Amino acid sequence: MLTDKIKQAKQTLDAHVRDIVNWHFDPATGCQFWLEYADKLDFDPRNEIGGYEDLKMLGHFEDYWLRGGPVRKWVPKAFQKDPIYVFETGGSTGVPKARINIRDFQTDYELFSGTLSDASFPPGADWLMLGPTGPRRLRLAIEHLAQHRGGISFFVDLDPRWVNKLIKRSKHEELELYKEHVTSQALNILRAHDNIQCIFTTPKLLEALCEKIDLAKMGIKGIFCGGTEMNAQFHRFAREELVPGIDFVPTYGNTLMGLAVNKPFDPADNYAIIYYPPAPRAVFEIVDPDNPDQLVGYNETGRVALTTLTKEFFMPRFLERDEGDRAEPIEPYPWDGVRNLRLLSSLQQSVVVGVY
Amino acid sequence: MHIPLLRGGKPYESLNTVEVKDFRTGQAVAQLSQANSGLIRRDLAKAAANKSALDALPVHELLQICKNAAALFLEAELPLNSGSQTPDDYVRNLSVTTGMPESLCRINMGKIHKVLDDMAAVLGGLTRGLDISILDAGWGEQGGRSLSYSVQTNNLGAILPNNSPGVHSLWLPSIPLKVPLVLKPGSQEPWTPYRVIQAFLAAGAPEQAFGFYPTDYSGAAEILMRTGKSMLFGDAKTVATWEKDRRVQIHGPGWSKVIFGADQADNWQKYLDVLVDSVSTNSGRSCLNASGVWTPAHGREIAEALAQRLAQIEAKSMTDPEAGLAAFVNPQVAEHISRLVDDGLNQGGAEDVTARYRDGGRIAEVDGATFLLPTVIWCDRPDHPLANTELLFPFASVVELPQDELLAKMGPTLVCTALTEDRKFVHEIMSAPNIDRLNFGAIPTNKIAWDQPHEGNLFEHLYKQRAFQSATH
Repeated sequence: MLTDKIKQAKQTLDAHVRDIVNWHFDPATGCQFWLEYADKLDFDPRNEIGGYEDLKMLGHFEDYWLRGGPVRKWVPKAFQKDPIYVFETGGSTGVPKARINIRDFQTDYELFSGTLSDASFPPGADWLMLGPTGPRRLRLAIEHLAQHRGGISFFVDLDPRWVNKLIKRSKHEELELYKEHVTSQALNILRAHDNIQCIFTTPKLLEALCEKIDLAKMGIKGIFCGGTEMNAQFHRFAREELVPGIDFVPTYGNTLMGLAVNKPFDPADNYAIIYYPPAPRAVFEIVDPDNPDQLVGYNETGRVALTTLTKEFFMPRFLERDEGDRAEPIEPYPWDGVRNLRLLSSLQQSVVVGVY
Repeated sequence: MHIPLLRGGKPYESLNTVEVKDFRTGQAVAQLSQANSGLIRRDLAKAAANKSALDALPVHELLQICKNAAALFLEAELPLNSGSQTPDDYVRNLSVTTGMPESLCRINMGKIHKVLDDMAAVLGGLTRGLDISILDAGWGEQGGRSLSYSVQTNNLGAILPNNSPGVHSLWLPSIPLKVPLVLKPGSQEPWTPYRVIQAFLAAGAPEQAFGFYPTDYSGAAEILMRTGKSMLFGDAKTVATWEKDRRVQIHGPGWSKVIFGADQADNWQKYLDVLVDSVSTNSGRSCLNASGVWTPAHGREIAEALAQRLAQIEAKSMTDPEAGLAAFVNPQVAEHISRLVDDGLNQGGAEDVTARYRDGGRIAEVDGATFLLPTVIWCDRPDHPLANTELLFPFASVVELPQDELLAKMGPTLVCTALTEDRKFVHEIMSAPNIDRLNFGAIPTNKIAWDQPHEGNLFEHLYKQRAFQSATH
C-alpha cells in the first residue's frame, strides 16, 4: 500500500534527520559552521529537533553562506583527515557557491545507478560525458557512475560560464562556433570508440549532436540528460524526434543536493518531468513563495525548498531559484516530488540560463 | 483556443505554451504553442526541400494565389487549429491582445489585403519593373539585354513585432518571390501571420512554404542564425546586436521626420494636415510615423498648432468606430514612457505644448485601458534629449534650427517628407545619406506608394543580379 510506504518513508526521514542533526551539532563530529551557528541559538538542536518538521527551528539555509571562504568551515571534524573535494555551482548568479565533498557524489550516483536499466545502460559499456566539467561535481560523478557500472567515461568539456557571457553579450556567432567546437569533439570520440553506448549530456548539446548524427545508428542505447531547459516539450521532442528508440532519462541534479530521478516514463503523464529527490538524503518541499513555511497543495505551484541531509553536508530548507508543481508520492518514491521544474518566475528576466 | 506551431504548414501543438491575454482583464484569449530551439533547427534542415515546393510553381500562378489569398484574408472564415476564425474574430482578438482599437485593426487588415491583392504592382516596385517571370527560369531578356538573378537563400526568417499588424505586409512578397517563410510572431500578435498563412494555404500555396514558430529569445536567435536571409523588427537595443550581420535586414526605430525649407516655412499652415497625419495615423505606432518636425522658422507656432490639433484625439473604447488611439498592453510601460518625457522636460529647453490643450495629464484610462495622449514637444535645440526621440504613441518634437544645419543634425531618418521648392536644398536632401524613403511635398510620412521599394528592399535582400551569358539558346 502506498499509504504505508509514505508513512514508513516519513519515519525513516525523521530518524535520519535526528542522526544528521546529532552529527553536525556534535563538537566531536560537526563542522565549524554549524557549531558556531549552534552557539548563537538559545536551544541545542540535538535536544529539540526530533524530526523533519522541527528543522523549521533553524530557519532557511542562506545562499550567501556558501559564497566565499573559508571553505574548511564546512568540513565535519570527523572527516578532517579525509581527502576533500570542493565543487562549485554553475556560476550563473554571481560568485559561485562552493560545497565540500568527500564521498557523497559517489554515493549519490551509485544510488542513481540502481534506477537505470541494464538493457539501455549495459554494464561494461563505455560512456561519453558531453557537458560542463571544470569545478563541478558532474565530471567526477559521471566518471564514477560509468566505473560503478563497469565502464570507462570519455569527456568533452563545455564551460557554461563562458556560454553565459556569450549569451549576455549577444555573441550569437561565437556561441555557435563554441557549440560546434564542442560537438565536433564529441563526434570524433563517438566515431573512434565503438564501445560507447551511454551518453550524459544537456538538452542543448543533445540537440546540437543529433543535428550531426543519428545516435541510435552510432550504437547509443541510453541517454542520461540533465541541466537547464528540460521541460515537457523538450522531453517529448527528444523521445519523438531527436533520439527515438533510445532510452532517454531526464534528471535534475545540483552540487548542493545530489541527483533527483524522473518518474518512470508513463504516456499518461504527457511527457511531464516529475522529479523525486533521493530521500532521506535530500528532500524537496514546494512552498508558498510569500510564506516559505507553508507547503502548497498537490499540483499547485510553489518555490522549491531543498534540504540536504548527509554526514558531509547539512543544508536545511534552502530556497532554490526554481519553482514547480508539487507532485504526489508514488510507489517507487513514496515522498513529495516536483513536476515541471523551471526558473522562478520572478527571476526569469535576470538570470541567464546557458546552453548547457 | 490553442494557436499551434506550423511546421511546413502543418499544425503542431507544443507542450510548452504561453497565454495570449486580453490586456484589460488579464484573461487568456489563447494558448500559444512555443517552439523549442532544437525543433526549429530540425525543421530548418529541410529548407532546400521546402523551397523546391515553391520553385515548382510559376510566378504568375503564385501571383494568382496572392490575389486569392487577399480575398480570403479579408473575408473568409479560415482554419485556426481545430477550429476556425472569422474576420470579425480576427479583429476582436487582435484588438484585445495588442491594445489597437478595432477600427485601426481593420485599416491594417485592409493594408495587408491591398498588398496581397496588388502583389504584381508591389513586385514591380521592389524590382523596378522587372519581368518577374524571369525568376521561373533564372534568366530572361528584357530591353534587349540578358538578365539573370540568383536567389541568395532557401528561406526568409522574420522576427516580428507586436506594435502594428501593417508591418506584416513587408514579408508577404517572399512567397511570389519563391522563398519560404520562417516566422516568429510577436507574443501578443500571433493573429496576423497565422491568418495570412491560412489564407495562403486556402488559396493553394504549398504548405512547405510556411513555418510559424512562436518562441523565446533563444529560438529567435536560432532563426536569425540559421535562415539564409531574415528580417528583424525591434527597438534599438534589440536590433543593435544584428546590425553588422548582412543576412539580417534590420527594421528598428524610424525617426521619421517632416522638414521645412526656409522657402516654405512661412506657409506652414497649409501643411498642418500633413503634419497631423504623419504623427498620428495608426496611433503613431509605425516607424513610418513622424517623430520630428524640423524647421528653420515658425517652430513655436507650428508646435502650438500641431498640439492643438493632436489634443483633439481622445482615448476611446477599443470597439468605438471613431477610436484612433491605441492602448498600452502594459500600463507600466505607459507610465515609464511618460516619466521619460518628463525627465527630458525637466532638463529645461523643452516644453510639452500639448499640456495646455488637454484636460488632465498625459496618461488616460478608458474602459480599463491605459493610453498615452498625443504629445507635441517644443525643443529649443536639436541636441535636446527629446528632439530626436521615437515613442510608441503619437509623439513629435518640433525643432527650430537654421536650414544649413538641418540635414546634418537630424540623424538617421527612415522617411523624410521635405517641404521645400528651393532647388539647392532639394539637391542637398537628395544627396543626404541619412534619409531612406523620401517624399517631396504634401505627402504624409506614413503614406506608402506600393509601387515603390519598401524600406529595406526585400527583392534585393533575397536576390542578387549576376552577369549571364548563354550560347545554348
